[in-house]
Amino acid sequence: MSIIVDEGTKLAVSGLTGREGSFHGLRNKAYGTDLVAGVTPGKGGQDVEGTPVFDTIAEAVSEVGANTSMIFVPARFAAAAIEEAIDSGVETVIAITEGIPVLDMLSTYWKAKEKGVRLIGPNCPGVLSPGKANVGIIPAQFFDPGPIGVVSKSGTLTYQIGNELKQAGTGNSSIVGIGGDPIVGSDFIDILKLYEADPDTELIVMVGEIGGDAEERAAEFIASDISKPVVAYIAGFTAPPGKQMGHAGAIISGSSGTAQAKKDALEAKGVRVGESPTETAAIAAEMLRSL
Amino acid sequence: MDLLEYQGKQLFAKHGIAVPSGEVAGTVEAAVAAATKIGYPCAIKAQVLIGGRGKAGGIKIAQNVDEAREHAGAILGMDIVGPHGEGPFRVDQVWVEGGSDIAEEYYASVILDRGEKKLLAMVSAKGGMDIEAVAAEDPDALVKRHIDPSGFDATAARSIVADAGLAEDALDEAAEVLVKLAEVAREEDATLIEVNPLIVTAGREVVALDSKVTIDGNALFRHQDLAEIADTVEDPQEQMAKEKGLTYVKLDGNVGILANGAGLCMSTLDVVAQAGGAPANFLDAGGGSKAEAIVNALEVIKSDAKVSAILFNIFGGITRCDEIANGIVTASQQIDLGMPLVVRLDGTNSEEGLRILAEADLPNLHQEKTMLDAARRVVELAGGAA
Repeated sequence: MSIIVDEGTKLAVSGLTGREGSFHGLRNKAYGTDLVAGVTPGKGGQDVEGTPVFDTIAEAVSEVGANTSMIFVPARFAAAAIEEAIDSGVETVIAITEGIPVLDMLSTYWKAKEKGVRLIGPNCPGVLSPGKANVGIIPAQFFDPGPIGVVSKSGTLTYQIGNELKQAGTGNSSIVGIGGDPIVGSDFIDILKLYEADPDTELIVMVGEIGGDAEERAAEFIASDISKPVVAYIAGFTAPPGKQMGHAGAIISGSSGTAQAKKDALEAKGVRVGESPTETAAIAAEMLRSL
Repeated sequence: MDLLEYQGKQLFAKHGIAVPSGEVAGTVEAAVAAATKIGYPCAIKAQVLIGGRGKAGGIKIAQNVDEAREHAGAILGMDIVGPHGEGPFRVDQVWVEGGSDIAEEYYASVILDRGEKKLLAMVSAKGGMDIEAVAAEDPDALVKRHIDPSGFDATAARSIVADAGLAEDALDEAAEVLVKLAEVAREEDATLIEVNPLIVTAGREVVALDSKVTIDGNALFRHQDLAEIADTVEDPQEQMAKEKGLTYVKLDGNVGILANGAGLCMSTLDVVAQAGGAPANFLDAGGGSKAEAIVNALEVIKSDAKVSAILFNIFGGITRCDEIANGIVTASQQIDLGMPLVVRLDGTNSEEGLRILAEADLPNLHQEKTMLDAARRVVELAGGAA
């Protein structure tokens, strides 16, 4: 098994007719993901290399059975596109778009909760279940199928760790990029829950960074609800307070949201935290061998 | 994006929150003229994006023209360091405002609670001091309540200010201010609005005596006035990076850094620090990282005179390492770096990238296979810790 995306994923890409959307949507299809539709208002009836385009996500659901929506829409229109997806009848919405105003995401977040739709992102690289399906921009070549579930706020850093795990001879059940924005649809806890229930995941690697308290909350949750071993990495020990480090959510406010506080919170609950991506992958590989 | 005190107050005034009238001044002469126009006593306040200005000597009361001249002269040009070591921030402007007759000092804020995914209102009768200290020493003195997404009215606001123990005769007005702060948050895309102190004057008027406002940078497309403020960046490197469309944060070390992706870039700073070095900057080259972007990035990094060696840490995903390598070769033809460049290329097409760099045989370019080796090498080449 794996989580969120797999052989049963039927993907509709909002923004498939755009440059980024078509590049990545078709890459996902080439990987083996069942790409069933593109969605662009006003372009219904066209196709992108054989994939039909609809005006609305709801049509992609009713016409070709889409169950997963990927949002590749420019930031200022993206919140509306996510809300459209939430209302369309899909089970999962994966929002790649970076730069969505955070207060727009507040209402979107609650709407998804209310409707029971799983929202991943925004500002995330998507979800990859190696050998099964890839929805998003994660370069699949660095990840082999295996027993490690990865959940991360960062894209490139995850590729780095995934590649080191591959070189160590292991692989992943799924890789979930939850996104680097202050408000994301799914937090560490939501994904940890899924990995706990996934029989193919034996160990979890969690990659956090400065800002907010999602890692601290995850530490509490790991202690109370997760039986599988968790290895963590936190980026941003050298980040100065008050400065946004690339991701909209990566900012230390006053004295809260520091990397040290997150590391301390995780270690206090018995979670090992790697000093570097390399050490993190090495710890994970070593722990896996001793399971 | 953080607003200066006076910019925040202008935003408050736009939404009907009472603030003292005043003027902004960039020179001693302009400050004295403003003070004389406003009348004495008046407050002369350093306009920097950090708290703790009062303690640092950045806020003074002038009783007459001589004091106005003296205080403005002392404050303009001073460097202020924040309570958590932020900065230093050079004072280029002062805000001169009429003195207020303070009867009570309260605290009020509306912030985005990331964990709970709601706006959070906080009110305390203990204003005018560090609110983190108040919350730590006397948590009951700070009333915190989430704002109902479906609406926040005077009744809800009144129960918060009443529970915080504000003066009975100021409750209605304070509640109204709180409702308006929530309106500022929603209508101006502010993720943090703090008023400390929110005062009650001797005449029992509720006035915002200070402001701390953070605007969501992603929402500036729908706020023309605020977008103009965002265009003024004080640090020369940060200004240059902004013009070139790069995500750059200046730090104070001597190891220049470029990586692709925000997370990998933060991680690179950390491993450089672990290797005993001091990073000079955060610079995320982003997904594309074509030759032009690399030239731009190198120009920004190099313009920081402290930098004595540069580390390129690239893990190619969608980004191809051969493109990065070609970019580095092109850039080295266009700019004379005059310092060592350590390059670590891994991921998509890394072998091709490494071959391109080896063939180009650039002087002062050092290749390392891993991120950790690259960090150690650049620290050594930069001459150890800064």
